[in-house]
Amino acid sequence: MVLGTYKQITLGRSTDKEIQKISQDGGIVTALLTFALDEKLIDGAVVAGPSDEMWKPEATVALSSDEVMAAAGTKYTISPNNWVLKQAVRQYGLEKVGIVTIPCQTMGIRKMQSYPFGVRFLADKIALDIGICCTENFPFESLKTFISAKAGVDFDLVEKMDIGKGKFWVKTQDDLISFPIKETHGYEQNGCKVCLDLVSEMSDISTGSIGAPDKWSAIQVRTDIGETVFKQAVDAGAIELKPIDEGKFGLEMLTKLAKSKKEKAMKEIDRRKAMGLPVPYKGSSEKEDPLANV
Amino acid sequence: MLAKIKEFLGMEAKPKELASKEEVEKVAEEKARPRIGYVHLSGCTGDMMSLSENYDILAELLTNMVEIVYGHTLADVWEMPEMDLVLVEGSVCLQDEHSVKELMEAREKAGLLVALGSCAATGCFTRYSRGGQQAQPNHESFVPIADLVKVDAAIPGCPPSPEIIAKVVVAVINGDMDYLQPMIDLVGYTEACGCDLQYKVVNQALCIGCGTCAMACQTRAITMTDGRPELNSARCVKCGICYIQCPRSWWPAEQINKDLGL
Repeated sequence: MVLGTYKQITLGRSTDKEIQKISQDGGIVTALLTFALDEKLIDGAVVAGPSDEMWKPEATVALSSDEVMAAAGTKYTISPNNWVLKQAVRQYGLEKVGIVTIPCQTMGIRKMQSYPFGVRFLADKIALDIGICCTENFPFESLKTFISAKAGVDFDLVEKMDIGKGKFWVKTQDDLISFPIKETHGYEQNGCKVCLDLVSEMSDISTGSIGAPDKWSAIQVRTDIGETVFKQAVDAGAIELKPIDEGKFGLEMLTKLAKSKKEKAMKEIDRRKAMGLPVPYKGSSEKEDPLANV
Repeated sequence: MLAKIKEFLGMEAKPKELASKEEVEKVAEEKARPRIGYVHLSGCTGDMMSLSENYDILAELLTNMVEIVYGHTLADVWEMPEMDLVLVEGSVCLQDEHSVKELMEAREKAGLLVALGSCAATGCFTRYSRGGQQAQPNHESFVPIADLVKVDAAIPGCPPSPEIIAKVVVAVINGDMDYLQPMIDLVGYTEACGCDLQYKVVNQALCIGCGTCAMACQTRAITMTDGRPELNSARCVKCGICYIQCPRSWWPAEQINKDLGL
């Protein structure tokens, strides 16, 4: 249960050369969204699109494959995608919305679907929630600080950022600079410290680089909706699959990191409870499985 | 409290099934119809309009499942009868003796009393009232009904969505107490404000900038700036929805997993 409930776990990558070029890893999110748009399984998608400022995402409603492609690649800072859901449904009039979320955003969406107290006629319009694996998130100013101070790179010159092999990587046209991920600690946003979810346990389909070789992604297919869309995308050849490696750099790694995120969060949850601070999750002594996302 | 609701429904907790018209019709045939009252205090009728937007189950609900025995717009009755359940819309004006009396009487005559909508639950927009206006300049003080009477459950929202009302109806029919627990817990949340996001989430190191509050806000008083909610207090109606929908205020994990089939 460390990886949540899933029907299928696999490696995958987009078969589209264009997507492979621009994607963070296997291009699964871009491949699924463009496929779902083309097949009219969704009529728009909320994504972390580009803004006027380099590397600062803007939650955007994408209506075409091109707009989805423009949003490809990971931005290591906050993009309040849930906010734009209302815009997608009310202003754009979408009936079937896809959305890309990190685990906490999926939680907001699922809570709204189960308990839509003040959210009118929106819960049923969410046709596909693609969750991305997330260790933690950084405020934009944090990101700027460690790119310029730790990597010593002008923010405007950065072509790609990545986290992998215990390091934060910054790629420019000429250089590939890295520093230990440990050095980003203290810069992450505080709300992440109580988060028990690495792999977007409540999304329809979740994906991320952990446990996958370069340019591939690990994928968990979770809900019935997720299974339907995923199967169609694979059958249509938009995504190719290969089995996930059970060993040290595959499933074992993913499980280990998911577990360690949970253990770290449980410690913080217990610490907060002992101080009398609020936290929506149960303390480790209050639940059967201390690592459950409750 | 739980026992009371079950007793009112005349049922034990049944396996929780999905809402369906067939289910509603089946229950309608089997059970004695609960007697429902609707007390309309200081609210805009938006909550009732939201309730009535459930076209697919409304006819069945009103004709075969429940009996509306009291309500200004729903039943031609002057004397308040005994009721199994009363829904209260609107806050209560302390200077309006009729409202105060009607609320007190409803509490006495109802098995269960539910605050429907944020005016009844948190005071909502009427919190801004300061009197000094026509037609009753002395009508100054509007408070959530829980300030005067014991409330058994609250369904906040300005208005509560048609879906949440339908979900509550179905949960009540199915005796699904797990689903209803948050409504029971929310009874105590009477002093709501958009600034709760700052006090209870951001200040408490819990905000993750997901944007759910800004999406949920029914008056669009919230925008997201640098990954945190920013409140335009001039637009805030103090309904409490932003904080209620926040994934970091309370977390119904088991219910969600059940709904998703995980």
